[in-house]
Amino acid sequence: MGINLEEQFQQKIDQEIKIEPKDWMPQKYRHTLIRQISQHAHSEVVGMLPEGNWISRAPSLKRKAILLAKIQDEAGHGLYLYSAAETLGISRDEMYEQLHSGKAKYSSIFNYPTLTWADMGAIGWLVDGAAILNQVPLCRTSYGPYARAMIRVCKEESFHQRQGFESLLVLSKGTEDQKRMCQEAINRWWWPCLMMFGPPDDQSPNTIQSMQWKIKRFSNDELRQKFVNMIAEQIKILGMTLPDPDLEWNEETMQYDFGKINWEELKQVIQGNGPCNKERMDARRKAWNDGEWVRDAASAYAAKHSKQL
Amino acid sequence: MTTKEIKNPLINFLLHLGDDALILGHRNSEWCGHGPVLEQDIALTNIALDQIGQARNFYQYAAKLISETSVEKITEDSIAYLRDGWDFKNCLLTELPNGHWGQTVLKQFLIAAFQYYLYQVLEKNSEEQLSAIATKSLKEISYHLRWSSEWVIRLGDGTDDSKQKMLDALEIVWPYTNELTNFTDYEIEILGDTYKSIKDNWIEKVSAVLLEAGLEIPSTFYSHTGGKQGNHTEHLGYILTEMQFLQRAYPNSEW
Repeated sequence: MGINLEEQFQQKIDQEIKIEPKDWMPQKYRHTLIRQISQHAHSEVVGMLPEGNWISRAPSLKRKAILLAKIQDEAGHGLYLYSAAETLGISRDEMYEQLHSGKAKYSSIFNYPTLTWADMGAIGWLVDGAAILNQVPLCRTSYGPYARAMIRVCKEESFHQRQGFESLLVLSKGTEDQKRMCQEAINRWWWPCLMMFGPPDDQSPNTIQSMQWKIKRFSNDELRQKFVNMIAEQIKILGMTLPDPDLEWNEETMQYDFGKINWEELKQVIQGNGPCNKERMDARRKAWNDGEWVRDAASAYAAKHSKQL
Repeated sequence: MTTKEIKNPLINFLLHLGDDALILGHRNSEWCGHGPVLEQDIALTNIALDQIGQARNFYQYAAKLISETSVEKITEDSIAYLRDGWDFKNCLLTELPNGHWGQTVLKQFLIAAFQYYLYQVLEKNSEEQLSAIATKSLKEISYHLRWSSEWVIRLGDGTDDSKQKMLDALEIVWPYTNELTNFTDYEIEILGDTYKSIKDNWIEKVSAVLLEAGLEIPSTFYSHTGGKQGNHTEHLGYILTEMQFLQRAYPNSEW
């Protein structure tokens, strides 16, 4: 019986039929998705913090409005994704609990600090750019609610990426200080962005099964290479450089070769030793704890008034 | 730049309206990413975004009017980023620190209730551009008022703890509310007699919501005013220091 269900499930996947919340699915498929979707949702919510850091200091009213709208979009993405994960039988509060206890992860990139205004542009262009490459294939992922959430997310993310690039373009044409700010931000964000795609394929434990279930459609290394190819071209428009002496177009492979990634750094950041891991988690826990009385009051009010009805 | 010497009541009124929107929006935006519930984080950020938008509309119009008699190039950004505290005409209430989430919501409610009636009057003003901005803003403010009223009621009538927190918040913010309806010469000049109804409407609305929330208005308090004339609390200086940092550190740059 179990084998039949699994076979039927795999057949559906092979025929590109979406899996829906009430359909039978292997426990491991369910758990993989919960892990991946909640991690994605947490990344959106934690990702609000490094950018939120510059709302009060945005250099013009237009930029302030753009930044606020962008961060608000990210909160919205968090909401869609938490809802998608909830269809797999986990509550949002449980997911928060996992985040706050350190059991659930979020993207390592948000453990880096935002030190200058140019970081807002660099995050839009590079971080969102890397995220989009990961996310576009997810619009076709096998789990229906996740795929549908990702379609909305991707539309907004590509908008953010263009805004980020445009913001850096203005800096790149600005004063010497602004150009320096722009280059320095690119230097700091480049390598951590390459790490966003995850460990190399031969060290990625979940890749094979996820590809078979069509949760993932491209490997980490494939996506990383795509990203390098894209950014190595776009940076020419900015007149800036990428901080990699080994970056070079390879006529044979028709791809850019690039230097060695410091995987030890990624390991450290994932283990909690990145520059801002503690700040990010403290901020999330504080928001949750400080908000407890508000949530309690809202529930108490709702309970009182539903009784009266 | 300074707008201290400007005598034109319309310009002063526009600066006041823009400053109220900008400083309140700044305070609300401090909650972005730190709210008690994700949905409400989005709601308050959305309100902040509306307020920054309103400030821009008022400043753009003010910039146009100031530019007519100025040799300096005046823009929405020079108004926001290059004036000192004494030029700002926002009510003191807008610049108060946020306190807990309920205090922020209460402050937002008290101001939205005022703006709701003020902008209805402004909508009918013969000054076309001002009236158009008011019409546009009023749609947003109606939502700000609804959202903040609901939360004031929920928190006042929630748990014993939440009620006490809201009473404490009311003690802090209430002394700054008189300034809202204490009209200055430049406001009266533009509003004419129509300003008189605003105060009564505001008191009626605020009393009704606070009554439903089970929150009693403090009986004794001393009113703090002066913001509309550029006399501020110590808090404004820090808001401006942060907000204006890049424009001050890298002058004459495009962003």
